[in-house]
Amino acid sequence: MKLRDIGIVYRKEMKDTLRDRRALISMILVPILIMPLLTIGLGALTAEILGRAMEEIPKVMILGGDDSPNISAELRAAPDIRVVPASADYAQEIEDKRIRAAVEIPPGFDTALAAGIPSTVTVYDYAGDLKSGLAADRLRKLFRDLGDRTVHQRLQAQHLPDSLIHPIEVKEQNAASPEKTMGQIIGIVPYIVILLCLTGAIYPAIDLTAGEKERGTMETILTSPVARTDLVFGKFLTVLTASLATAFLAVVSMGVSFGIGRELLLSAIAPDQAASFALSINPGSVAAVFVMVLPLAVLFSAALLALALCAKSYKEAQSYLQPLTIVIVVPGVVSLLPGVELNARLALIPVINTSLVSKEILMGTYHWHYIALIFVSSCVYAAAALFIATRLFEREDVLFRT
Amino acid sequence: MIETHELGKRFPDSERGELRAVQDLNFRCEPGQIYGLLGANGAGKTTTLRMLATILAPSEGSATVAGFDAETQAEQVRRNIGFLSTATALYARLTAEEMVQYFGRLHGLDETLLRRRIDELFERLGMNEFRRRRCDALSTGMKQKVSIARTLVHDPPVMIFDEPTAGLDVMAARTILGFIRECRERGKTVVFSTHVMSEAEKFCDTIGVIHQGRLLAEGTLAELRTRYALNDLEDIFLAVVQP
Repeated sequence: MKLRDIGIVYRKEMKDTLRDRRALISMILVPILIMPLLTIGLGALTAEILGRAMEEIPKVMILGGDDSPNISAELRAAPDIRVVPASADYAQEIEDKRIRAAVEIPPGFDTALAAGIPSTVTVYDYAGDLKSGLAADRLRKLFRDLGDRTVHQRLQAQHLPDSLIHPIEVKEQNAASPEKTMGQIIGIVPYIVILLCLTGAIYPAIDLTAGEKERGTMETILTSPVARTDLVFGKFLTVLTASLATAFLAVVSMGVSFGIGRELLLSAIAPDQAASFALSINPGSVAAVFVMVLPLAVLFSAALLALALCAKSYKEAQSYLQPLTIVIVVPGVVSLLPGVELNARLALIPVINTSLVSKEILMGTYHWHYIALIFVSSCVYAAAALFIATRLFEREDVLFRT
Repeated sequence: MIETHELGKRFPDSERGELRAVQDLNFRCEPGQIYGLLGANGAGKTTTLRMLATILAPSEGSATVAGFDAETQAEQVRRNIGFLSTATALYARLTAEEMVQYFGRLHGLDETLLRRRIDELFERLGMNEFRRRRCDALSTGMKQKVSIARTLVHDPPVMIFDEPTAGLDVMAARTILGFIRECRERGKTVVFSTHVMSEAEKFCDTIGVIHQGRLLAEGTLAELRTRYALNDLEDIFLAVVQP
């Protein structure tokens, strides 16, 4: 192996790649934009949708209640709902989203309430619909408040304290450090970095192999004295650089996005709550995640290079490589499932292991034996993929497949 | 010099089990000579030249190029050859100069020598006008000149041309043929494959007729004319392959 030749091939391939608009989009633009889009953009969009839904005064129907003028009047007077005339097809109206909810008042509700006889009111809503849910919440709150008020009045009439019906109060306090709490929330981040490592490598891997075959430059380079191993390494390092650059830019973009997101959050919440976000992401943990992702990037780069080399054209290579993105999604999603925790078996499964250990690292937990096992196993997989890629470059039937 | 001995190449074939693309090939080409491999499409010309250029490994027999064995000393062979075919394209996003520089560096030329060689070649081939233009913005003729400069940058003693004029217009083809002739004048060993009779007639010192992977006839044009009692090379070719 000649380092000089590997360096020559690497410099040329990098120059070539950096002049390619499509490679620049997948390597630079996508990772820079995806994080702000996912954090700030998605957050802002959710806030906007939620804000609009909250602002809307939902239309509701009162079913029955003709003999209970008090509750009917109270519902009509509520500022956060608008009562519309009742109709028999209220269920269809809810389904068609013409009204958001309906409440059924049983006969003799007012009288029963005054006499201390329990009554059942039914709230009809559209399960899963945000605006209908909000309307139902408002109705439920109105009846809960009415119930509380009635109990309070009854207790007061008997000269009894409110605490009589609340003998025990349960208080919840978060015992986990803010870093660990944030780790749970940002567990998706390593997965996105891993996915970008793959997507960043796909384009150059195809361009440097099947792309070369298609354009006819593969034969040109094979007539030069460069050894095929050196050629593979030069190309592999280019793909790895693209993969790591994509991941690095994603991490930087993630840091900036979270920084901005946190500032926005801090400006919106009370100062006493702000302290819990002070240690949200530790830069050291982010660097450690990057180190863990490194062998995975090597594995992706070598595997993609080997696979793309087997294709005879750019399109064929794309059809081999694009499904890989879906293949990576499965272990990635498994690692995000609640209750899935790192163990010795999972530590040997690529992608899941890195995703899980990165999540733990971001939460401030360092299981060194797992970290070592994952790093070593990932390195072994990466070396195997690189070995296969090198061997494929020696095979005439692969290089000259027609 | 190029010399082959019982050179052969077999490819696995899904229908026939095995395809003998080249078999029992023996020929010799001396420095300052142009050896023309004349054959129809699929005759085995490209496979033969790819074996000489070490892109493909021989299945049997041997080939010696510039004193090195094509199978066991592949790297030394590649250091001593310039290989040009219509399939050897250029890197579209590199400039003409970067393209030649890249191959010069891979051939181990130091930067001073490389700069001098590039200056000489660009001057000689009239390439200074598009020196810093990207290859994807060059005309076919310009691209051919860049390919020529790429094959000559390390000044190899052996030149291998695989149907170098296929698909080119008259002007671009003329540039290539002029360059092949110049290689001979400079004392290089030149092997040249073609299916164009007029090219073989005009340029080759020795013509080898290859058909179905075998070398069926060999000699100077005069020798072939005498042997087959025919004047036109096309007639001779047909007499050889369809006896």
